[in-house]
Amino acid sequence: MYVAVKGGQKAIENAHRLLAEARRGDPATPELGVAQIDQQLALAVDRVMVEGSLYDREIAALAIKQARGDLIEAAFLVRAYRTTLPRFGASEPLETSAMAVRRRISATFKDLPGGQVLGPTFDYTHRLIDFSLLAPSEPEAPAEETAGAPLACPRVSGQLAAEGLVEAPAATETEPFDLTRTPLEFPASRDVRLQNLARGDEGFLLALAYSTQRGFGRTHPFVGEVRFGEVEVEMVLEELGAAIPLGRVVVTECEMVNQFKGSDAAPPHFTSGYGLAFGQSERKAMSMALIDRALRAAEFGEEANAPAQNEEFVLSHSDNVQATGFVEHLKLPHYVDFQSELQLLRKLRAEWLAAQEEALKEAAE
Amino acid sequence: MSARAAPTSGYNFAYLDEQTKRMIRRALLKAVAIPGYQVPFASREMPMPYGWGTGGVQVTAAILGEGDVLKVIDQGSDDTTNAVSIRKFFEKTAGVATTTHTAEATIIQTRHRIPETPLREGQTIVYQVPIPEPLRFLEPRETETRTMHALEEYGLMHVKLYEDIARHGHIATSYAYPVKVAGRYMMDPSPTPKFDNPKMNRSPTLQLFGAGREKRVYAVPPYTDVVSLDFEDHPFDPDPPAEPCALCGARGVYLDEIVLDDSGGRMFACSDTDFCESNRAKAGNS
Amino acid sequence: MSDEAPLLIAEGLTKAYGSRLALENVSFSLYEGEALAVVGESGSGKTTLLNLLSGIVAPTAGKVAYRMRDLRTRDLQDLTEAERRFLMRTDWGFVRQDAREGLRMAVSAGANVGERLMGVGERSYGRIRNVALEWLDRVEIDRDRIDDAPTSFSGGMRQRLQLARNLVTSPRLVFLDEPTGGLDVSVQARLLDLLRALVADLGVAIVIVTHDLAVARLLSHRILVMRRGEVVETGLTDQVLDDPQDAYTQLLVSSVLQA
Repeated sequence: MYVAVKGGQKAIENAHRLLAEARRGDPATPELGVAQIDQQLALAVDRVMVEGSLYDREIAALAIKQARGDLIEAAFLVRAYRTTLPRFGASEPLETSAMAVRRRISATFKDLPGGQVLGPTFDYTHRLIDFSLLAPSEPEAPAEETAGAPLACPRVSGQLAAEGLVEAPAATETEPFDLTRTPLEFPASRDVRLQNLARGDEGFLLALAYSTQRGFGRTHPFVGEVRFGEVEVEMVLEELGAAIPLGRVVVTECEMVNQFKGSDAAPPHFTSGYGLAFGQSERKAMSMALIDRALRAAEFGEEANAPAQNEEFVLSHSDNVQATGFVEHLKLPHYVDFQSELQLLRKLRAEWLAAQEEALKEAAE
Repeated sequence: MSARAAPTSGYNFAYLDEQTKRMIRRALLKAVAIPGYQVPFASREMPMPYGWGTGGVQVTAAILGEGDVLKVIDQGSDDTTNAVSIRKFFEKTAGVATTTHTAEATIIQTRHRIPETPLREGQTIVYQVPIPEPLRFLEPRETETRTMHALEEYGLMHVKLYEDIARHGHIATSYAYPVKVAGRYMMDPSPTPKFDNPKMNRSPTLQLFGAGREKRVYAVPPYTDVVSLDFEDHPFDPDPPAEPCALCGARGVYLDEIVLDDSGGRMFACSDTDFCESNRAKAGNS
Repeated sequence: MSDEAPLLIAEGLTKAYGSRLALENVSFSLYEGEALAVVGESGSGKTTLLNLLSGIVAPTAGKVAYRMRDLRTRDLQDLTEAERRFLMRTDWGFVRQDAREGLRMAVSAGANVGERLMGVGERSYGRIRNVALEWLDRVEIDRDRIDDAPTSFSGGMRQRLQLARNLVTSPRLVFLDEPTGGLDVSVQARLLDLLRALVADLGVAIVIVTHDLAVARLLSHRILVMRRGEVVETGLTDQVLDDPQDAYTQLLVSSVLQA
């Protein structure tokens, strides 16, 4: 006798317990500390802050631990947490030209005021697995920095803009759009696109950026500047009537210099793309800048046929939390819909077979 | 039925803050004012993944009150994992009374089915919707589908239905079967089997639809015309099952196919578990 | 024909892209049932003219007016998006050079022909199918092909299907953009014969853009000869082609191999 399946609740509770066990792993192995993740897997923490859209290293590190290292799952945790946080308001725009630079390079000029500061980067390493990392070790101290006032690092784009060689960003008084408060609609203005890209999946953005370089919407890019370091976050409090510093965040900023364009109104000049991300996230900032420029194709009268230039395509699919939710939702029961498909299919098959039989009978006569 | 209890502290009633609920209710009011029209709303990040009912959960959270009695079903059953998970969520964050009995519920959140027990005035049914746009698979661009709705340009859908008949002899849509609401907007009824479409027509119940990932809500007010699309000479056919339920004997209700063994043994039983159990209980008592 | 008001009026049509003048000061009137050919080499502005006349592109200066079925003459730029789209689906047709742009390639021939009917509320599958079959007959496509998608059709068949798709709602004005482009000579001839017969039967006005003077001669009553965005000569087709006045027209006519 068939008995209807029950016990879904119990099953879920047991699954949670199993998960907790799997998360811990072998009890003989020391448990991972959140501080360890923050310090020693810092780039993973950066990525989770970026895609979780929340600057809080501890929360991001904790989320990574809870998510067992699945960074999209961790970003999801951070986003859900973010929803519960109260908002005081919006900060002033970050003054990235006043950044305390830890790393700053430009591909467009050999040397520039402030210099090329290599900073901590994988860029010049040889990708040989370092087996010495299997055992705890003390790293070599880097060469002593000469003490002194931090060098001024004026933006490359600022200098080019002063000569009119690159478009100057349009100053605006309007409030920037907030994707977390207003749903995305098309066509989308540049601030909406940038915000969407800022929280978009790094892999998706990387692939689209790559595609533009391979001819799917070429934008002729040069890295005008990549800089990474600390910036002040300031907010204007009405009661005080002035901007007060709230603290510092670490961000990576990328400005691309792209294909030049002229028009009736202005002489030819370089166009640009912009990317910004929390932490040391160069791949993300660069990809974002490439796609930003690609999505501006219409502004410059360029034909927009490539996927990276297709605003609806890019912005609708960039959010990995949404994407994974929907892809993975296929695991949910769909047997009712499947049943109706089965019913229809059986009917169509029966009719097809009947028609075949009819045809055979007629042929036989 | 589980009685009201104190919700877990640290969360606002039903998880969402009051501002957000107000925002959602405003969107719902617009939706009710324009039956079948998809109203954009600023969907929040919820603690369950997109695609797993966040739209339905946000709608329910926005309309839920302390005195409400909530029923949650998935595939017609109260006991499927997702229904359990969502019901527990509201028990934890709102402390509301919950039930598995359709007749006792004031709010029913559902995924993919409409209960067999006819719904009443004063009840609200909240549908979880994955893709709110009925034209989406015919026209992927949102800018174009919005224009088509605004201009009532629905020829493309009829082209699809024509093709089905030309190719299969029948309209080949078996679930998420498109409907016209109040004679104006084309709507996706959510992936309920087409068998359930007639229940939506002039229902005494308020029907609300939430799509969290796609950030749309829509609504069918009570006693509104909901007509399934068809051709005069190929009229809509809800296709009721031929067999009765093997457990309670009910006819003309939607059935789940259950595989009994690996030699083709099959059984058909009510998809609506509450309906089936109630029937069996009544039969046992008589 | 000359007693009625014109169906389509172009006045001082001009289109500039930045500093480049693609079209300058084109004016004419088209009457019901009249066929107008716009000829010129590539870059002459004839496609721009077609896009302006069909409201796809807005003019920089000048206007296009159309006499609607309710007999009111309306400036195209004054129409709402809804009105324009409705016009494009019912009273107008647009046959594209590349059939893939004018047809739904993934959908059957029958659906392609029936779509406009469904768009204006036809709800009987049987009636739609019958009308589609009739039209397939008229454009000389085998009835058996009604359920086939145009991906399996030859170039000539696709163009004939485009004709059927556009004509099914008895439009009063059809735009054709190089409809014979890319087709074999014999296939072209068949298409042109069909087009001429249909136009005569239905009394539909057409504006046909072509670089081929033979097409213009076969199909049109009047002709506009274009060069670098301007109309260099206009008049009755036979007259202009038999006795061209403008030097450029003379050049065009003399460089055509006479059949």
